[in-house]
Amino acid sequence: MVDTAKKKEKPPVVESLLAPGHRACAGCGEALAARLIMDAAGSNTIVATTTGCLEVFSTPYPESAWKVAWIHSLFENSSAVAAGIEVGLRALGREAGINIIAQGGDGATADIGIGCLSGMFERGHNILYICYDNEAYMNTGVQRSGLTPFDSHTSTSPSGSVSWGNPTEKKPLPQIAAAHGIPYVAVATAGYPVDLQNKVKRALSIKGPKYLQVHVPCPLGWAHKPEDTIEIGRLAVLTGLYPIYEMENGEVTKVRKLGKKRLPVEAYLKPQGRFRHLFAKPEGKEEIKRIQKIADGNIERFGLV
Amino acid sequence: MKRIMEGSMAVAEAVKVCRPHVIAAYPITPQTHIVENLAQMVANGELKSEFVNVESEFGAASVVLGASAVGARTFSASSSQGLLLMGEVLFNIAGMRLPVVLACANRSVSAPINIWNDHQDAAALRDAGIIQFFAEDNQELHDLMIQAYRVAEDPEISLPCIVNLDGFILTHGFEPVEVCDQKLVDEFLPPYKPLNYLDVKNPMTFGALFEPTWYQETRYRIQETMEEAKPLIEGVSKDFEKTFGRFSGGLLEKYRMEDAESVFISMGSVVGTIKDAVDELRKGGEKAGVLKVRVFRPFPTEAIVEALSGVKNVVVMEKMISLGAGGILASEIKQAFYRNPQAPKVDNFIFGLGGRDIPLESIVEAYEKTKKQDNRDVFVDLRKEALEVDY
Ligand SMILES: Cc1ncc(C[n+]2csc(CCOP(=O)(O)OP(=O)(O)O)c2C)c(N)n1
Ligand SMILES: [Mg+2]
Repeated sequence: MVDTAKKKEKPPVVESLLAPGHRACAGCGEALAARLIMDAAGSNTIVATTTGCLEVFSTPYPESAWKVAWIHSLFENSSAVAAGIEVGLRALGREAGINIIAQGGDGATADIGIGCLSGMFERGHNILYICYDNEAYMNTGVQRSGLTPFDSHTSTSPSGSVSWGNPTEKKPLPQIAAAHGIPYVAVATAGYPVDLQNKVKRALSIKGPKYLQVHVPCPLGWAHKPEDTIEIGRLAVLTGLYPIYEMENGEVTKVRKLGKKRLPVEAYLKPQGRFRHLFAKPEGKEEIKRIQKIADGNIERFGLV
Repeated sequence: MKRIMEGSMAVAEAVKVCRPHVIAAYPITPQTHIVENLAQMVANGELKSEFVNVESEFGAASVVLGASAVGARTFSASSSQGLLLMGEVLFNIAGMRLPVVLACANRSVSAPINIWNDHQDAAALRDAGIIQFFAEDNQELHDLMIQAYRVAEDPEISLPCIVNLDGFILTHGFEPVEVCDQKLVDEFLPPYKPLNYLDVKNPMTFGALFEPTWYQETRYRIQETMEEAKPLIEGVSKDFEKTFGRFSGGLLEKYRMEDAESVFISMGSVVGTIKDAVDELRKGGEKAGVLKVRVFRPFPTEAIVEALSGVKNVVVMEKMISLGAGGILASEIKQAFYRNPQAPKVDNFIFGLGGRDIPLESIVEAYEKTKKQDNRDVFVDLRKEALEVDY
């Protein structure tokens, strides 16, 4: 006989809107962030995703990990597809209570899709755009993007006898987004899940275009241990290399302060193979100093200490 | 009552009575008047569509893709460079079986930059899985636009349609047009009822990754649907005739072909000039006729073979070329007759590229040439002076 009384006492099974069993690598920060974001957004959500790891690992037909209404079209157009979804729903009178999320990797967002993204911001669509920033084109084998950090080794910005890796700094995408005059811009990391989910909820409570950039460590592309994903996410913040903050109507309204927890950049660089070359030669010290300068600049600019 | 209007307005008036939920397009000559007209209709409150001003044709196509995926009726329009910039999205729209309807104001493709008419832009999309119509005049254009929605949205078809209209010649050319009555259009074109659409109450995954075990069948299905679309297009034309009292559809149109021995084959507005040429030739005792290809995709292979039964000579005149291979329409006509013992002799000419004027005499001259020699990929009216410069 079934003991119904006992059954009731069991804690409810929390089902995630991004189901397990997908094909992401162990320790994938992008998969972790996506699950947290979907669960914060809830099931009344329609999602448009770009081509990239997230789409590939989650939807090998006839399987799909997505329990929300979900569409993938191309590498560079999730923002425009989401715009079509938004106006389409409005024209059909079905828009009430529905969250629309457009999302994509850093390559899709900062490089090939920036035109469509800018259009989405400019036109004022009620859409939350999420950039999963794993700092390179991971799906195609770790090529550099406009969001690859300075001196990072990637397959198209390799370190070598006359190269320290990626020669450019990260494109300031949150600032570019904010310059469009959109009401909400935020930066988060998979390393601080509660903060990430709070930002998703805050964003979805605001009408208009929103931009959320999420630092998502990639064990394969960054060459760190899969079990260190959360730790790497936190170290990026604690060294000042990836400040996490919120902006409303162009003003920075909240930053995560470092205080006494502040760490030198080596703490973040050392556990990652993509920066290994900086520690292999004595001249690497100078490069690390330059990276420290970037962190110092962030700390001053955002008042992190 | 007929009204005098340019082709761009004939398109806009047709779109208006089809009541799309979402319109997104980007300006490019000679397409621009179409979206300008629609923008004005929305601004005047005559048309209740969401009109999205996008940042590029790529964006325009992506917006209508997203809107179509939630079950909205959509419209976009472009031309030449703009159509090519949409290209990646248009293949995607076809693969996702979304019944987006577009108008293409046909224009040559750069370089060299040239804003005038030929069919090279449409030709570039012939393999995409998009149904393509070519209009001869503004009335046919108006009528085809409305039929295109019926065809695209038919649950058995569910594919995008492009209605082609010759840049400047039709887009900017004024002709009398009978605009379809809204009430009759509502009867002819029921509201779009998608089989599947993005919906939070019934969440589905669109645009999944198809591995080699699954992908090929998706192409097979589109090819199969294209075949099925042929009788359906004919049926929709007949329905249109029943409702509006005008026949302006179907895969082909025959002109003076009853006893014709030599038949021109062409597409678009130039067919009008070719008909005049045929009238001239007939006056001189020639048994000439014209077969107009109104539907380029699906290619009406069987209908063409049937229409040409008993015809000895075929003269293909086209405004497009597969560089390195030759005339596109010609090669498709020739393959339609493969191993057919009744195959006619096929001569083919390339003309009117980049808006080069096509006088009636040039058509007659081409016809005369077919009597003297075989003509394969012969360019009509090449200018010696233009060939002599190094550009
Ligand atoms: C137009 C186009 N160019 C290139 C590609 C190949 N491609 C697919 S995913 C990808 C990189 C994705 O990088 P990102 O957006 O950062 O996502 P990630 O895989 O890193 O999560 C590239 C280059 C493509 N699919 N489409
Ligand atoms: Mg990436």
